[in-house]
Amino acid sequence: MIWLLLLLLVSPAQAQPRSGYLDAGPDSRAMQDDDTANPAFLWVEQGKVLWGSLGCGGCHGDVATMRGVAARYPKYDAVLGRPVSLARRIATHRAVPDSEDMLALLAVIGLQSRGLPLAIDISGPARPSYEAGKALFHRRQGQLNLACANCHDDLAGRHLGGAVIPEGHPNGYPIYRLEWQALGSLERRLRQCVVGVRAVPWADGSRELADLEFFLGARAAGLVVETPAVRP
Amino acid sequence: MARTLINVKKTLTRGEAFEIRLLIAHPMESGQRRDSNGQVIARDIINRFSCTYNDMLVLEATLFPAISANPYLSFWAVATETGSIVMTWTDDHGTVQTERVEVTVSA
Repeated sequence: MIWLLLLLLVSPAQAQPRSGYLDAGPDSRAMQDDDTANPAFLWVEQGKVLWGSLGCGGCHGDVATMRGVAARYPKYDAVLGRPVSLARRIATHRAVPDSEDMLALLAVIGLQSRGLPLAIDISGPARPSYEAGKALFHRRQGQLNLACANCHDDLAGRHLGGAVIPEGHPNGYPIYRLEWQALGSLERRLRQCVVGVRAVPWADGSRELADLEFFLGARAAGLVVETPAVRP
Repeated sequence: MARTLINVKKTLTRGEAFEIRLLIAHPMESGQRRDSNGQVIARDIINRFSCTYNDMLVLEATLFPAISANPYLSFWAVATETGSIVMTWTDDHGTVQTERVEVTVSA
């Protein structure tokens, strides 16, 4: 009887989401655990400077007041009728000079929410966007004819080449990816994955990408923000 | 790009061993990659690094192209006197960057 209960607890695929941190390997984990060894903090420092120079503090005060914000994004915007990412929200307030600067801002704002559980609100009018994102996640596409779910739900924990397939949660973005040797956004990661199955990636700012990111955020419910994470 | 993160304990007791850690934002272009037109991307790495503690050499290093972007350096020194730790590095463009950290040593 107890044995059966244990089996039930262990077997469901998405009972408790598993952070990519656990699949990243001891070296990457050590880099992420030590803020003085995590190269993403070079961007965090730049983000602190930009927070001042772009005048964000004029309305928001200290960047520490942003605690909890990154955990709520992407957030459904009732006026626009679609989910908006944190980057898009920042861009509506301030013209951010270039993408490196945007990454720096995302890193410093995301860092304020580190350790807080993701809290994406998918209730009410946001529900259709969540469903649309979920459909995209399960839609086969590209020459390899693979859906996100084929690997990141069904085969998570198994291997693709030498690498462990993570569940694909967005709780650490922007991440310092060792392969990139740089900080990169969730959009960049998704683009790589989509190109990997030889499909045409969604355009930046497209509705599909917004819905998918929204779904991914809700799918990772239960995980805490790790920004800025280190991944292989 | 002259961003650097330096981590040194600022207050020390004499005889204490302390760690000096730094992360330098640098592309560390190896000189072996080609751009989309097939042209070799010129090598651009930090090739020389040195660290002194009150003008006494702690570490001098020659760096090579196999080191990844944004290199992380970590080494140890022993606290002797109150003074400054000066770190200097040079890259292939001839850019010299110097960073200084003041440490206080009590008996």
